[in-house]
Amino acid sequence: METPHLLKMEPGNNGSPLPAIRIFGVGRAGGGIVNGLESPEFDSSVLGVVDTDASALAGSRASVKIHLENKLLRGLGSGGDPERSRVLAEEHFATLKAACAGARVVLLVGGLGGGAASGILPVLARAAKESGALALAFVLLPFDCEGNQRAQLALAALKSIRESADGVVCLPSQKIFKLTDENTPVLEIFEATSRFLREGVRGVWQMIAQPGVMPVRIEDLCALLSCSHAECAFAFAEASGPARSRDLAEKILLHPMLEEGRALDEAGWVLVSLKAGRDLTMAEVNRVVDEIKKRSKSAQKMIVGTAMDAACKGQLCLTVIASRDARDGLRDAIPAIKVENTQTPVTLEPRQAAEPILTSLKSRGNKSRQVQGQLPLNIVAKSRFDKSEPTLYQGEDLDVPTYFRRGAPLN
Amino acid sequence: MFEENKIIAGIEIGTSKICVVVGELDHQGGLSIIGVGQARSRGVRKGEITNAQQAEEDVRNALYEAEKMADVEIRSVFLGVSGGHLRSFTNRGVHTVVSADREITEDDVQDVIKNAKAINLPADHSLIHAIRQHFYLDGRTGVTNPVGMLGQRLEVEMHVVHGQSTRLQNAIRLVRETQLDVEEIVFNGVASSLAVLNHEQKELGALMVDVGGGTTEYVAYVDGAIRYTGVLAVGGDHVSNDLAYGLKIPLSRAEQLKKSHGFALQNSGNNHEMISLSSEFGLPTKQVSLHNLHSIMSMRLEEIFELVMADLERQGLVRFLRAGVFLCGGTSRVEGILALAENVFQMSASKGETTGISGLTSALEQPEFATAIGLVKYGSLSKRTSKKSSKTGITLVREMFNKVLQRS
Repeated sequence: METPHLLKMEPGNNGSPLPAIRIFGVGRAGGGIVNGLESPEFDSSVLGVVDTDASALAGSRASVKIHLENKLLRGLGSGGDPERSRVLAEEHFATLKAACAGARVVLLVGGLGGGAASGILPVLARAAKESGALALAFVLLPFDCEGNQRAQLALAALKSIRESADGVVCLPSQKIFKLTDENTPVLEIFEATSRFLREGVRGVWQMIAQPGVMPVRIEDLCALLSCSHAECAFAFAEASGPARSRDLAEKILLHPMLEEGRALDEAGWVLVSLKAGRDLTMAEVNRVVDEIKKRSKSAQKMIVGTAMDAACKGQLCLTVIASRDARDGLRDAIPAIKVENTQTPVTLEPRQAAEPILTSLKSRGNKSRQVQGQLPLNIVAKSRFDKSEPTLYQGEDLDVPTYFRRGAPLN
Repeated sequence: MFEENKIIAGIEIGTSKICVVVGELDHQGGLSIIGVGQARSRGVRKGEITNAQQAEEDVRNALYEAEKMADVEIRSVFLGVSGGHLRSFTNRGVHTVVSADREITEDDVQDVIKNAKAINLPADHSLIHAIRQHFYLDGRTGVTNPVGMLGQRLEVEMHVVHGQSTRLQNAIRLVRETQLDVEEIVFNGVASSLAVLNHEQKELGALMVDVGGGTTEYVAYVDGAIRYTGVLAVGGDHVSNDLAYGLKIPLSRAEQLKKSHGFALQNSGNNHEMISLSSEFGLPTKQVSLHNLHSIMSMRLEEIFELVMADLERQGLVRFLRAGVFLCGGTSRVEGILALAENVFQMSASKGETTGISGLTSALEQPEFATAIGLVKYGSLSKRTSKKSSKTGITLVREMFNKVLQRS
C-alpha cells in the first residue's frame, strides 16, 4: 500500500535545501536542552535561546540569543513570575518575530512552571505563527514535589501555549521520575528529563529535516499534535544488528514512556517515523509498522514516515508519537473530513489523509462552520435528585454529574 | 431544675444518617459525651425532609439508641438545620451615644445590637442566627466590649443566617411529633465549626467545610468571630450519583465503591487498573476503570471546593484565613481530599478534630458526628451563658447565641 509513494520519489525533497527549521530554547531548562543538542546534527545556526537571565545566555552555543530585559528587572531575571516575562516578551514582540522570520517550522522548547518559559513561550509561539511559521512546542511539566504553585503555573501556561501554538508535546517530569531508580541523584533525574525531551525534539526534527522516501508532512505532524486534548506520549528507540526490526518493535512496545504500549491502545492518532541507513528493507518497515498497528487498534489515523541517513548505517531509529483521545479534537480540527476516511479505522495513506487536514488548518480561524447540534440527553444523570428541587448555580444544574457538564472524557 | 440542665442533646437530621448525641455538663461546666444514636436516613434529600413519616421513624430509632446508650431520658434537643434555602448576610447597626459624658453604657450596647438586628428578611423567611461580630467605636475596629469606653458613634456588625420558615418548621414539627422540645435551631455549619475549631484557630482565621451527604456547609471565622457562613446543596450523595451514572452501576454499588476505592485526586498512579465487581454470589459481573472512578469523584469534589472558594473570594475573605481549612463530615473520609482541598483553597488543609470535649472517644473521632457534637457544644454554651446572665443580669453574651425560635 505504500508503493505509490515509493515510486513517486519527489525530487524536491532530495534536491532542495532543508525546510528552514529553527529551534528555540526558552528559559533555563529550554536553553539547557537546546545546548545539549549535538553539534554535527544540529548546526548552531538553527538554534536560538531566549531568556531573561543574561548569565544563562552567555554560556549557550546557539547563534541567536535574545535577552529580554528591561529596567524593572534590574538584571535579576523574571523572578519566577510568568506575568512579568510575558509582558516583557510582548514588549520585544518585534524582535521575537524577526528571529522567527524565514523559518517554516519553529520548535519551541522549555520547562514550564518557572518564570521565563511559562510567560515567554505562548508569546513566542504567536510571534512564530505571525511570521508565517508553524509553531511546535515541546514542554516539560514540573515534578510533583516542586509544589503546587509551580504545578498550577505550569498548567496555566500549558493552556495558553495550546491556544497559541500549532502543536504541543507535553512531558510531565513526574512520569520520568517513576521510571528511574529510587536512588538516582537529583541531578541525573533532571538530566534524564531533559534527555527525553531532547530525543523528542530530535525525532521530530528528523522527520521534517531529513525526509526520505516516505516523508512526513509538517502539516500532518501539526494536526496530530494540535488536536489532542490530552497529552501526547512519545517514545524514541533504536536498535541494530540482524534482528533489529524485531528488537525495535519489542523495545517500543515495552517503552515506559508509552506505558508499556498501553498508550498505543488508547491512541487516536499514531505517528511512526523510522530512520535508517540506505540498507533499510521494506520488510523491516513492514514489521515495525505492523507491530505498532496491532497494538493501536483504536487509532483512527496512522502516519508513517521513513528517513534515510547515511550516517546511521546498520542502525534503525524509531520515533513514535501517540496522541490520546484525539477523537474530540478531530471534530474540532477536521470538520470536513471525508466519510471514507473515518470508516477505515487504520489508514496508512498519509497523502490522502493529509488533504483535509491541510484545508482545515487553513480554515481553522473560520468560525462559521456548521456543527451538528446535540440533544441534551441527561435523563439518567439526575436520577437520585429527580424529585427534589434542582440546585442551580449561575444557570448550571449542579445535580447533573460534574464530569458530564465539563465534558470530560471517560475511557 | 438542675437535673434538667445537666443533659444536653443535639439532633442532626442529615441526608445519609440521623444522628443524636447526648452530652452531660458537670459542675465545672465541662462537657462530656455520654451517648450517641444514629439511624440511616431515608426521608431526607439535600438536607431537607422529603418524606416526613419515614424521617420521623428514623428519628425515633436514633433517639431510642442514644437514650439507651446514655441511660437518660431526653426531653429537649438542639436541632441542626441545613439546606439550600438558607441564606446569610452581614448587617451593620449604628447608634449615637447621647449621654453627656459620652461613656458607653449597657443600654447603648443593647440599642446598637437592636439596630443591627432590625433587618428586612423576605416575607417567608425567618431568622436562625444573628451573630455579633465586632464593635466599631467612632470607626475604630477591634473593640470587643465597649461598655465603659468613651465614644460618640457605636456600630456593630451582625452576621445573619435565615431560611425559609416553612422548611424550618418541617424539621421542628418532626421533632415535636416525637414528644420532644426543640430548645433552639442551629445552623449545621455553625455547630460543626464549634466542634472542630479551637479558640486559636478562630482567632487566627479559619475555614470549616463540612461536606456531608446532601449538603456542604462552610463557616469562615476571622478574628475569633463568625464572619461568613454558606451552604451548598451538593454533597457526598452527588458523588455517588455521579459514579452510578458514569460507571453505569447501581447507586448502592456506587456508594460501596466510593467508600472502598474512593480517591479525591486524579492520576493516582496506574491509569489502567480495573476493579471487578461481583454479584451477591461472588461471581464477577462487571469491570470498572479505577481511573474513571477517580476522575468522576475528583471532578465533583473539586467543583464543590471551587464553589466554596469562589464564594469566599467574592467576600474577600481568603487572605484572612491564616489557620487554613478544616474538613469534617462523612465525605471528608475520602482519601486524598486534604491534598485536593490544599490545591483548591491554596492554604493548609487538615481534618477537623473535635476538641475540648471528653467522653466517648469513638464518637468524637468520627468526622460524621462533628455536627451533632457541635450541637451539644452549642447547647452547653447557650445554657452556660443563660445561667450566667440570670445571675449577673448581663444579657450581652447571650446575644452571641440568641434564640429566635418557637414562634410558630
